[in-house]
Amino acid sequence: MTTSIHLSLGQVAAALALVALAAAISFWRGADLERDIGVATLRSFVQLTLVGYALKLIFEADTLWLVFALLAVMVVFGALTARSRAKRVPGAFWPLLIALAVAGAATLGLVVALGVFEATPRYLVPVGGMVIGNAMTASAVALNRLGDEMAESRARIEATLSLGATGEEAGRPFVRRALRSGMITLIDSTKTTGLIFFPGTMVGMLLAGASPTDAVRLQLVLLYALLGSVSIAALTATGLAHRNFFSQAHQLREL
Amino acid sequence: MLFELREVGLVRGGRRVLDSVDAEIPAGATAIVGPSGAGKSTLLRLLNRLADPDEGAIDFRGRPLDSYDPLALRREVSLVPQLPALLEGTVESNLEYAAGLAGKEEVDAGRCLGLAGLDPEFAGRDVSKLSVGEQQRAMLARALVQEPAVLLLDEPTAALDRAARDAIEATLARLREELEISLVLVSHDPEQARRLGEWVVRIEEGRVTDAGPLAEVLA
Repeated sequence: MTTSIHLSLGQVAAALALVALAAAISFWRGADLERDIGVATLRSFVQLTLVGYALKLIFEADTLWLVFALLAVMVVFGALTARSRAKRVPGAFWPLLIALAVAGAATLGLVVALGVFEATPRYLVPVGGMVIGNAMTASAVALNRLGDEMAESRARIEATLSLGATGEEAGRPFVRRALRSGMITLIDSTKTTGLIFFPGTMVGMLLAGASPTDAVRLQLVLLYALLGSVSIAALTATGLAHRNFFSQAHQLREL
Repeated sequence: MLFELREVGLVRGGRRVLDSVDAEIPAGATAIVGPSGAGKSTLLRLLNRLADPDEGAIDFRGRPLDSYDPLALRREVSLVPQLPALLEGTVESNLEYAAGLAGKEEVDAGRCLGLAGLDPEFAGRDVSKLSVGEQQRAMLARALVQEPAVLLLDEPTAALDRAARDAIEATLARLREELEISLVLVSHDPEQARRLGEWVVRIEEGRVTDAGPLAEVLA
């Protein structure tokens, strides 16, 4: 791929003027976010620079094992991050880990098997990162909602258990709602894409000099892959995690 | 004997809620009485295994309670909670849900609603449009769909005014006459125990302080 953009570190530094503007607005309006803006700026610089060098190494090594290792690390960190947002779900780590792994493997496996992308580090790493990142957000939102729903609906769940329903049957309406809330954000943004905002990949490709039709096609492939992975992740995470609320005897555990 | 509890203990959140509870609950109508926070509702939840005790043993009809399949047990020993907690939808869809769980293909909604003191036209009503008293009766009707042998009632009239309370009590008395059903009723009100109970278990601070026929315990 040809690239028409080459940015110097000085140009990146110049963009900090906008960060200074954000900090100034925060200070002026008393939002007390200057410190957070500073931390976010520094962290993004350090993290992305490290990732940039790591990607350079991985692309040059051109071996799939390194790609799988990197994706595995992303899955583990993604599960740990999502767990911190699903505090009311007992034992959330394993369902999240499995959900992210399954979503990543199924989505990447399918796009490679269908010939959409080649199985090379240049495609697998960025696409894998997007897939796992979105799957993490969706499953974290879904489990966060599941935890809230289960905690707030104890009376209704126990009343249903009292009729001889299994834990799975009693929890089903709440799992359904949690699943919806995990998926709805991406579905809504997919509906409005191109009308209200230009998605990041398309913007990146246009800036890098690709033709608009190529940019749109790649973006569509990614959007569809993300829809698939987000659905798989939310479904797997809620499907596995809701069991942790119930004992073997179909009793709602104390939380 | 319907239920037999021996040395039953339960700790929740570091607090001993039930402490060496020994009690017998015969078939018929039993009232579990005592002040708020005494452990009455917790005891009731143990009887259909919504929770299990940390210590001791409970028998149901001479067999250990935990030897029963919990799902089948809960259809035979049905608990109606203190506050109504119906599923979204109509009264009829709630009755059908309960019937489905009990493996019944058809529901005589009119009969079950009648037993619970509700007019058959309530079947089509959305549960969110019902008063608390009507929801409580719909809960009762939903439990009756499964034809349980024992009804566990947790303060069934606590959220109701006096007229609604009297109506529910009349319904429960009629249920005892018309169906071969045992009632285990939790109440903080000794007068309600007098009106509905034949056998009384009194609990204070997680311990049984008295148990026996109504005339002896609430003389």
